[in-house]
Amino acid sequence: MRLRLPSGRTLVLALPFLWLGLFFLAPFLIVAKIALSEGALGIPPYAPVLRWTDQGVLTIVLNLGNLATLVSDPFYLEAYLRSLRVAAISGMLCLLIGYPMAYAIARAPERRRNLLLMLVVLPFWTSFLLRVMAWIGLLADNGVVNNLLLAAGLVSQPIPLLYTDFALYAGIVYCYLPFMVLPLYANLSKLDPVLLEAAADLGARPWRAFLTVTLPLSLPGIIAGFMLVFIPAVGEFVIPELLGGPGAQLIGRVLWTEFFQNRDWPMAAALAIVLLLLLVIPIAWFQHVQGKAAR
Amino acid sequence: MSRSIGRLGLFLGVGYAFLYIPIALLVVLSFNDSRLITVWSGFSFRWYVALWHNERLIEAALLSLRIAAVAATGATVIGMAAGFALARFGAFRGRGLFGAMVAAPLVMPEVITGLSLLLLFVALAESVGWPSERGVTTVTIAHVTFAAAYVAVVVQSRLSDFDRSLEEAALDLGARPWQVFLLITLPLIAPALASGWLLAFTLSLDDLVIASFTSGPGASTLPMVVFSALRLGLTPELFALATVIIAVVSLGLLVALKLGRVASARSGG
Amino acid sequence: MQQTTIARPGAAEPWRDPEAEPYVRILNVTKRFGATVAVDDVSLDIYRGELFALLGGSGSGKTTLLRMLAGFERPDSGRILLDGQDVADVPPYERPVNMMFQSYALFPHMTVEQNIAFGLRMDGLPRREIRDRVAAMLELVRLRGFEKRRPHELSGGQRQRVALARSLVKQPKLLLLDEPLGALDKNLREQTQFELVTIQEKLGITFVMVTHDQEEAMTMATRLAVMNHGYLAQVGTPAEVYEYPQSRFVAEFLGTANVFEGLIKTAGASGALIESTEFDAFFESDTDPPKPAGARVFVAVRPEKMRIRRAEAGELPGTNRLVGTVRDIAYYGDFFMFVVDLGEGRSIRVSRPNLARLTELPITWDDRVAVEWEPFATVVLPE
Repeated sequence: MRLRLPSGRTLVLALPFLWLGLFFLAPFLIVAKIALSEGALGIPPYAPVLRWTDQGVLTIVLNLGNLATLVSDPFYLEAYLRSLRVAAISGMLCLLIGYPMAYAIARAPERRRNLLLMLVVLPFWTSFLLRVMAWIGLLADNGVVNNLLLAAGLVSQPIPLLYTDFALYAGIVYCYLPFMVLPLYANLSKLDPVLLEAAADLGARPWRAFLTVTLPLSLPGIIAGFMLVFIPAVGEFVIPELLGGPGAQLIGRVLWTEFFQNRDWPMAAALAIVLLLLLVIPIAWFQHVQGKAAR
Repeated sequence: MSRSIGRLGLFLGVGYAFLYIPIALLVVLSFNDSRLITVWSGFSFRWYVALWHNERLIEAALLSLRIAAVAATGATVIGMAAGFALARFGAFRGRGLFGAMVAAPLVMPEVITGLSLLLLFVALAESVGWPSERGVTTVTIAHVTFAAAYVAVVVQSRLSDFDRSLEEAALDLGARPWQVFLLITLPLIAPALASGWLLAFTLSLDDLVIASFTSGPGASTLPMVVFSALRLGLTPELFALATVIIAVVSLGLLVALKLGRVASARSGG
Repeated sequence: MQQTTIARPGAAEPWRDPEAEPYVRILNVTKRFGATVAVDDVSLDIYRGELFALLGGSGSGKTTLLRMLAGFERPDSGRILLDGQDVADVPPYERPVNMMFQSYALFPHMTVEQNIAFGLRMDGLPRREIRDRVAAMLELVRLRGFEKRRPHELSGGQRQRVALARSLVKQPKLLLLDEPLGALDKNLREQTQFELVTIQEKLGITFVMVTHDQEEAMTMATRLAVMNHGYLAQVGTPAEVYEYPQSRFVAEFLGTANVFEGLIKTAGASGALIESTEFDAFFESDTDPPKPAGARVFVAVRPEKMRIRRAEAGELPGTNRLVGTVRDIAYYGDFFMFVVDLGEGRSIRVSRPNLARLTELPITWDDRVAVEWEPFATVVLPE
């Protein structure tokens, strides 16, 4: 539709553009500015970057100390790497569990599909925190799993399941699974079954057909699902905090600690900026894939 | 074919078990008379009663519901405009940037979004005096901002599936573009808008991190209260709360399924 | 070129009237989509009361041209005039033009009545008048009683009639039809063709129809335009275009044509003699080709204008003749199509009506046959 609607179109565009520009994009600039300011006592706990000296000259005071610390202190570097690693592994785990589920739903009879999808999404609509709590109840030393193991005589002492990497991954996969299943399903459901019939007709066995036809065609869905898990998981806070052990210092948790406990806003801002820079490429790629898929 | 459904069906079942065992646990434990998870001492409603009397939780729940309702509506309006622009306006100047702005909140880690919005509010308060204090308003604004992206995705995908010839037919019959939107497009994408609203509502209701950053004294949302309670240890009242939420959501989804079936029957699927 | 029309005697032929003002004027219109030229410098005049068909294959540009008339696309260059007015800046909702979409585009959330009334509602007509006009339209398309039904409750043919009613109720000066019969099965198609023509004649509305089905165009249209890759190959009445194709493309697009290559030996007012460059033969034609002697031309002969006989039967004077072997016979029920192998890898098609209830073919596979035709059937193609 190539019609000219000068005022109507501009209005429709302006509303989201201005809102997101102000409340999403602009804040990043402010974060960058704060990352470069000094910590100070007071409210807010940082010193302004632009300052008027006594002679009325405007000066810029940039504190690169935070960024220097980030780069030099191995603690932060490890936190970033750990976050990336955990997020990537979680993405793979979600893919391994989510792909067969999405495939099964896509192949199910039409009338059942909505119900099956609802069942996948239903947990997502209940409280995230409370479901994490359920995992605490499952994995605690006096929790359900250990009690069952003790009662069955399989172990003589409770196994430490909570506050381990196992709990961390279990929690992340549990909470992010719907984000993998939905885009995969969207992609797989559009796959024409005729293609598989053609492959079979030409002599391909089911597994071969899957590997050479279905899998490549579902690649956009795989990428979308992986990105929807990986990118937010890098900055995940709640699950490392509640289920992970003291060693599970993911960057989201570190940022929270710096901000709420150490009251070091500039440091938190610096952490956020570096995290953002790390994620710019995956985010750009995600948006590119989304844009292609939409066309 | 039926053999592979069998294997797949099994895996699906295992997947569902994985998803629902923790939920089942919550429900079961909410009726446990004992305070300890390990011991089952009988069926009881006492935790539901305790929940009912827990003013702090109830207040936080009501606050969260209020915020969610407003935020969902705001997110739907903005998300609908964004989705419409992306689906219908073709290539326009700044489309790349616009698309990125609309898609990014979907994946942006919440700590970044929360922190950046807080810093914005502080900076605004310093320069223009608003918002004078952080609380319900700032949390709502924050929720609208990140939820709009989800609504935009839903709307955009619905509009791309939309039969354009219906809109062209309406134009051809004399309807002006705004009339086409109100009389033809909107009624037909209404289900997508409804699910977008619900999605935004849930996201807002469930959000901890962004609310923690952008809220202020006296405005504690339900997740914030639950989180500080969880830090101290599990209390069975929380199990009762979880079960209530699960029950409400299940009921809601059942109703939505029913309505969805009716609606698609009415307009031919 | 001869001017021919197969039509009721006395039927109007405004395109022959030098005083008549065309209702639609398409003047040197070009439209590009990226690197593709969809419509290439097309000029066309369409007169009031015509049932005009735009005929062509996919990619011929016919649909793009139609959409430009409706207002959904803008020409990159050239002008479109409706009733003398340049419509370049006129949006679809302000044109006295209505369109019947290929997919019908019925609003699924409205009843039949509401669908048809939509356009009248947009005009702001009083409710009583809308009701009356909708009822009259339903009567015209024979769907009385279907007012409250929804599109998904209707059959394909019924939906098509609702779409037609919806586009006619506003009494547009020009009605555009995008492949109106494409989705219907054969029997329904014939019936609908007849109905459409009847309605058009009755209401006197100018129809412009897009189709890829040449049978449809030939039987329904007063005039048709054959389009090929964006340009206009030929415009004329069905008879003109069929009997006097101006190019090899048109000759082969409409119906079947046997095309031969040759050199003009003699040419004049009484006809032409063409020397075949493929066979040892000469072809006589009774038309004067506007080309000099020695020029290379193509000639086309339609299969139905050829006679096929056993080769042993002698030659008839004054006819064109080629000899070959029957390679294949296709039985269509109402006629036979013989494929005759003329040697050198060339074969032609000859058709013969099925006049008798045969149990045995008089001419069969591998028979040696002579194919003959009169000079009037030799059409010299200018291009």
